[in-house]
Amino acid sequence: MNGSGWAEIALTIGLTVALGWPLGLYLGRVWAGERTWLDTVLGPVERGLYAACGVKPEKGQTWLAYAMSFLAFSIASFVVLYLILRFQDRLPLNPQGFPGLSPDLAFNTAVSFVSNTNWQSYVPETTVSTFSQMAGLTSHNFLSAAAGMALAAAVARAFAGNRSESLGDFWVDLTRISLYVLAPISLVVATAYMALGEPQSLLAHVTARTVEGARQTIALYPTASQEAIKQLGTNGGGIFNANSAHPFENPNAITNLIEIVSMNALSFGCVVAFGRIVLARKEARALVAVMTILLAAGASAIYAAEAQPAPALAAVHADASVNMEGKEVRFGAPSTAVWAAATTGASDGGVNGMHDSFMPLGGGVAMFLIQLGEIIPGGVGSGLYGMVVMALIAVFVAGLMVGRTPEYLGKKVEAREIKLAMLAVLILPLSILGFTAAALVLPVALGGLLNHGPHGLSEILYAYSSATGNNGSAFAGLTANTPWYNTTLGIAMLLGRFAYAIPVLAIAGSLAAKPKLGATTGTFPTDGPLFVGLLIGVILIMGGLQFFPALALGPIVEHFQVLHAVAAL
Amino acid sequence: MTFASAPTGDHRRKASMLSDSFSGAILGRAVGEAFVKLDPRKLTGNPVIFATEIVAILATASTALAVRDHAGWGFALQIALWLWATVLFANFAESVAEGRGKAAADSLRATRVTTKAKLIVDPKTGTILPTPAHKLGVGEIVLVEAGDVVPADGEIIEGVASVNEAAITGESAPVIRESGGDRSAVTGGTTVVSDWIKVRITSEAGNTFLDRMIAMVEGADRRKTPNEVALAVLLAGLTLIFLIAVVTLLGLGAFSGVTLDPMVLGALFICLIPTTIGGLLSAVGIAGMDRLLKVNVLATSGRAVEAAGDVDTLLLDKTGTITFGNRMATEVIPAPGVRPEAALRATLLASLGDETPEGRSIVELARNQGLVLEAPAGATVIPFSATTRQSGLEAGGETWRKGAVDAVLKSSGLAPQEAPAEFSAAVDRIARSGGTPLAVSENGVLVGVIHLKDVVKPNVKERFADLRRMGLRTVMITGDNPVTAAAIASEAGVDDFLAEATPEDKLRLIREEQGKGRLVAMCGDGANDAPALAQADVGVAMQTGAQAAREAGNMVDLDSDPTKVIEIVEVGKQMLITRGALTTFSIANDVAKYFAIIPALFVVTLPALGALNVMGLSSPKSAILSAVIFNALVIIALIPLALRGVKYRAIGAGRLLQRNLLVYGLGGLVAPFAGIKLIDLGVSALGLA
Repeated sequence: MNGSGWAEIALTIGLTVALGWPLGLYLGRVWAGERTWLDTVLGPVERGLYAACGVKPEKGQTWLAYAMSFLAFSIASFVVLYLILRFQDRLPLNPQGFPGLSPDLAFNTAVSFVSNTNWQSYVPETTVSTFSQMAGLTSHNFLSAAAGMALAAAVARAFAGNRSESLGDFWVDLTRISLYVLAPISLVVATAYMALGEPQSLLAHVTARTVEGARQTIALYPTASQEAIKQLGTNGGGIFNANSAHPFENPNAITNLIEIVSMNALSFGCVVAFGRIVLARKEARALVAVMTILLAAGASAIYAAEAQPAPALAAVHADASVNMEGKEVRFGAPSTAVWAAATTGASDGGVNGMHDSFMPLGGGVAMFLIQLGEIIPGGVGSGLYGMVVMALIAVFVAGLMVGRTPEYLGKKVEAREIKLAMLAVLILPLSILGFTAAALVLPVALGGLLNHGPHGLSEILYAYSSATGNNGSAFAGLTANTPWYNTTLGIAMLLGRFAYAIPVLAIAGSLAAKPKLGATTGTFPTDGPLFVGLLIGVILIMGGLQFFPALALGPIVEHFQVLHAVAAL
Repeated sequence: MTFASAPTGDHRRKASMLSDSFSGAILGRAVGEAFVKLDPRKLTGNPVIFATEIVAILATASTALAVRDHAGWGFALQIALWLWATVLFANFAESVAEGRGKAAADSLRATRVTTKAKLIVDPKTGTILPTPAHKLGVGEIVLVEAGDVVPADGEIIEGVASVNEAAITGESAPVIRESGGDRSAVTGGTTVVSDWIKVRITSEAGNTFLDRMIAMVEGADRRKTPNEVALAVLLAGLTLIFLIAVVTLLGLGAFSGVTLDPMVLGALFICLIPTTIGGLLSAVGIAGMDRLLKVNVLATSGRAVEAAGDVDTLLLDKTGTITFGNRMATEVIPAPGVRPEAALRATLLASLGDETPEGRSIVELARNQGLVLEAPAGATVIPFSATTRQSGLEAGGETWRKGAVDAVLKSSGLAPQEAPAEFSAAVDRIARSGGTPLAVSENGVLVGVIHLKDVVKPNVKERFADLRRMGLRTVMITGDNPVTAAAIASEAGVDDFLAEATPEDKLRLIREEQGKGRLVAMCGDGANDAPALAQADVGVAMQTGAQAAREAGNMVDLDSDPTKVIEIVEVGKQMLITRGALTTFSIANDVAKYFAIIPALFVVTLPALGALNVMGLSSPKSAILSAVIFNALVIIALIPLALRGVKYRAIGAGRLLQRNLLVYGLGGLVAPFAGIKLIDLGVSALGLA
C-alpha cells in the first residue's frame, strides 16, 4: 500500500461521482420528457418511432401495465436472442463459421443479456459469430440497460406523484433513454476508445507472424463500440474471454480509467436524476454519499488485501511485495482493486483482473459487494431502485423511533410496501444460498469444480451471487458451461432481475397512489449524516446477517487458513 | 413525560381507572396464562414466537431421543428448556400487559346494574313497573330518583339531578345533568345523588357505554394496528431470511466437511430471528392503550392510539383549552376628568350584585387593588337584560351601571360620537386587542371603561412550542370574531385559527387538512361536534358531553379535559417509538450472536475459524448455550421497557432519532457482547456446558 495507490483510488471514485452529477441532471431531463439539445436531431426519430408503434406518450401506465410492458419486452427479447444464438450458423456474418449454441447455453446466454447480467458461460471469441455479437448481444447491452433505467424513472415518478395512478410509459422511457442517453454517450466513448487504440473491425481476425516465426490468429471484432456500452450499461460482457484484462478491450491506463468511471457514472447519475424528479436533491445526495462511502470502503478493503505480499510467497522470501497473481502488470494493485469494487458494486461484471486469484479477503469483499444487492452504486437503474428498497426498510425499522408512521420522501411506508420490499429482498438469499447449497451437495454440480475446500465453496457461492445480482463476473475455476450450471444460473439471473423488479414496481404503484406529504419537524430526516450512517448500517447488517455464515465457510476461513499455513512454514 | 408534569391550570389529576403497579395478583395470573398461551393455535398470529415454539418442540423431541439412546443429553436438554423459556417469557409479557386491563374490566363489571329499574309504563299517570335493567328496550322511559343507579345509557327528557359518575370516571364529585342541551346524557352504572330525572333509554343492554368500556379495557376487540401489521410482515420476512440462511448451512457445511448438530442449527435460528421484538410486540400495543387508560382516556381501538402518534394537525377549541373560557377584568380605565379611585369604586359598586364570572372578576380586580366594599344597606340589584344591555346597583337614589358601551353611553345621554375622545380611544384599543370593553356610569355620568379579557391559560404557549417541535400544527377554533381570535391566537402561540367557526366550518377544515394527507385530532363535547369528531382521525369526546359526541369519537376522555389531547398524542408517539426501539435493538443483537455461534459451529472441523471467537467464549457448547440464554433473558429484561414505553421527548425528530439510535442501535450492537460473555462465564463456572 502506498500513497499513490490510495490517491489513484480516491481520484477514480471522485471522478466517477463528479461526472455522475451532470449526467444525472441531463438524465433527469430525459426522464421528465423535457427538451434536450439533441431534440432537433433525435426528436423526429423519437416521434416517428411512437407513430410507428402506436405509442401515446401522454397517456401513462399504471404500475401493472408498466410491469407487463417490461415483462413483454423482456420475453420478446429473450425469444429473439435465443433463436439468434441457437441458429447463428444459418445467419449472416459468421465469418468464423461457428455452430449454433446448445439449448442450455443459448438459454443461459439469452437470459444473461436480457437481464443485464452478461454472465458468459462460454469463450466468446470461439463461440459467438459477429452477427450474434452485434445484433444479439450488443443490442441487448443497450436495451437491457435502458429497461433498468426505465424502471428507475418509474420509481422516481412514484415518489414525485401525489395520489397518482401513472408511473409513466415504459415504451417512452425505453425509447428516450436509448436515444438520448445511451446511444450518444456510447458514440463519444467508443470514438475515444478507438483513438486510444481499441480495434473496431468487422474482420474475423488478422494473422500475425510472431518473433519466433509462428503464425498467430488474432481475433478482432468491433471492440471499441462494444466496450463503450459494456461499461456504460453496467453489462460487463466482454468480446474476449479475458474481458478487460485483454489488451484490445483495455489497452492502457487511460482506457482503464474511462472504463471504471463509465461503469459507475450513470448509476450515480440515476440517483441524481431521481433527486431532480422527486424534488429531493438533499435526499439524493445522501444516497450518493452512502454509495460512495461503501464503494470507497470496498475498494480500500480490496486494495488493503491485495497490496500486501502473498503470505506463502513472503514466507519463502520470494520478491512479492504485492499480490500480483491474476493482475495485469499494466494496471497493478490499486487499479485492479478499484475496478473490482466498481464492477462488483455496480452489477457490471467486466473485469480487468481475475477475482479468483485475489487474496481470500479481496475476493470475499468483491463477493460481499454483490451480495449486498448490487446497490453500490448498482446497475444502471437497478442500483437506484435497489437502494430505494433498502432506504424504505431502513426508514421503517428506525423511523418508528421518532414516533410517527415512517415516511420516505413524503410517502408513508406501510404494510403493503414492507411486504413487497421483503419479498424483493428475500430473493437474494433464496437464490444465492439456495442454489449454492444445492450445488455443493449435488454430484452433477460438483463435477464442474476444480478446487475443493473453502476456495471451491467460494467459486460456487460467487457464481450464484453474480448471477442473482445480475453482475456477470466470475471466479474462475468453475466450468460453468454444463446443463446444470447453465440452467440454474439462468434461473438465478431471472429471479434476480424479475422477481426483484416486479415487487419494486408494485411498491412504486402503491407509493404513487398515496398523497405526498410535506415534511415537518416531526418527520424522520432522510438527508443528513445520521441517515447516511443509518442506511449504511442497515445495508451492512442486513447483508452481513444473511451471508456471514456462507462467507465464514468460504473466504473468511480461507483467509485464516492461509495465515495458519504460513505460520506453520 | 414533559407534558404530564407541566401544570395544567386548574386541572386536577383525578383518580385513574388503573392501579399503577405490577400487582402480585396480575403477575400471578400472567404466569398461569403464559402456559395457557403455549397452545400453538394461539401463537399463529406471531410468526416469530410460533417458529420458536416449533424449534422448542423439535429440541425436546431430540433430547428425548438422546435419553432413549443413552447419548449425552444434558446440553440438548438445556437448549430445549431455554427455548421453551423464550416462548414462555414472550407469553408472559403479553399476559402482564393484558392483566392490567383485565383488572380494570373486572372492577367495571362489578358496577353493572343488578337492581330493578323504574320503568314508566304510562307517561300520563306515571305508573311505574319495576323491570330488570337488562330487559329495558331502546326508547323506553325510566324514572331515576335520588339513590338510584341509572339502569342504562339514556337521554334526560325531564328533570335535573346531580349524578355521581365515579363508577365511570373515578371522579367522586357529582356533576349536574339536566334535560336539553349538551348535558343531557346519562351513563348506565352512575348514581343519582339528588333530585330525580326521567331518562329515555338510548342503548340496548349489552351495548351500553359501560359494556363498550369493559370490552375496550379488556382488549376483547384487539386487532393489529397498521404499523403493527407492517412490523409483523418485516419480522416474518426476517424470519424467512434466517430460515434460508440456516437451512442452506446444511449444504454448505456438508461440502466443508462440517457435521452440524441439528440442535445447534435450531439454536442458531432462534438466536437470529427477532424474538425480542416478536415476543414483546403485542405487549407494547396493549401497554399503549393502558397508558391512555391511566390518564383516564378510553380508546376504542389500538388503531386510534397509533393514529394519535401520527397526528399532524391539532384542532383545539379556544374556550376551556386555550383560555379559561371566562372573560376577566384586567383593568379599569377612567373617563377624562375622573379620578382612577373614583372610577374603580363606581365599577365595583356596579358589579357587587353581578354573580357572573365577569362580575366576580371585577370584584377580584378591585380587591387586588386594595378596594373592598359591601353593598350599601337597602341596595337593589338591577339585573342584566337583553333590552337594556346593562346591569348594576341602586341605593339611596344613587345608581351604578355597567354594560355594553353604546347602551351605557345612551343612558348617559351621549351619542356615540359625543363620547370623550380619550374614552373612545380606550374602547378601541381594548376591542383591537381581542378584549371586551364595558362602560361604567355613576348616577348617569360616564366614569370609565372596564377591560374584560379572555385570559390565556398559563403555560399553553410553552406547550404549543413543544407541539411545534413535535411537528404538530395547532389550529384554534373559536366563535369569536377574527380580530379577537387573532389576538388570542398570537398570545397563545397557536399556528393558525378559525374564527367565527360553525360546526360545518370545523368539518370542512378537517376535510381540507386530510385532503393534504394530514392526520387531524380534535376534541369536542357538543352534539354538533359529532360529525367533526367522526371525521377526525383522532376524535376525543368528553365524557360529560352529549351522547352523540361520545359515540362519534374514537376516544373518550373520562376527565373531560380538552388539553388531554396533547397527552394522547404523546402516548401514541411513545408506542411507535417503543416498537421501533425494540426492533432496532433486536436486529442489532444478531451481530454479537453470530460471533458467538458461527465459530462454535465450525471450529472443530475448521480450527482456523477460532479466530472469530472474539469474545473468548470458553467452549463451543458454552458459546451456543450462552447465546440462547441471553436471547431468552433479554425478553424478560425488556418487559418493563415495553410496558412503560420509551420516553418521548419533544426535541425534534432529528435529535430524537440520534438519541434513540445511539441507545437502541449502538446499544443493541454492544450489549449482547457483554451479556453473552458474562453468561458464558457463569455457564462455564457452573459447569453447565
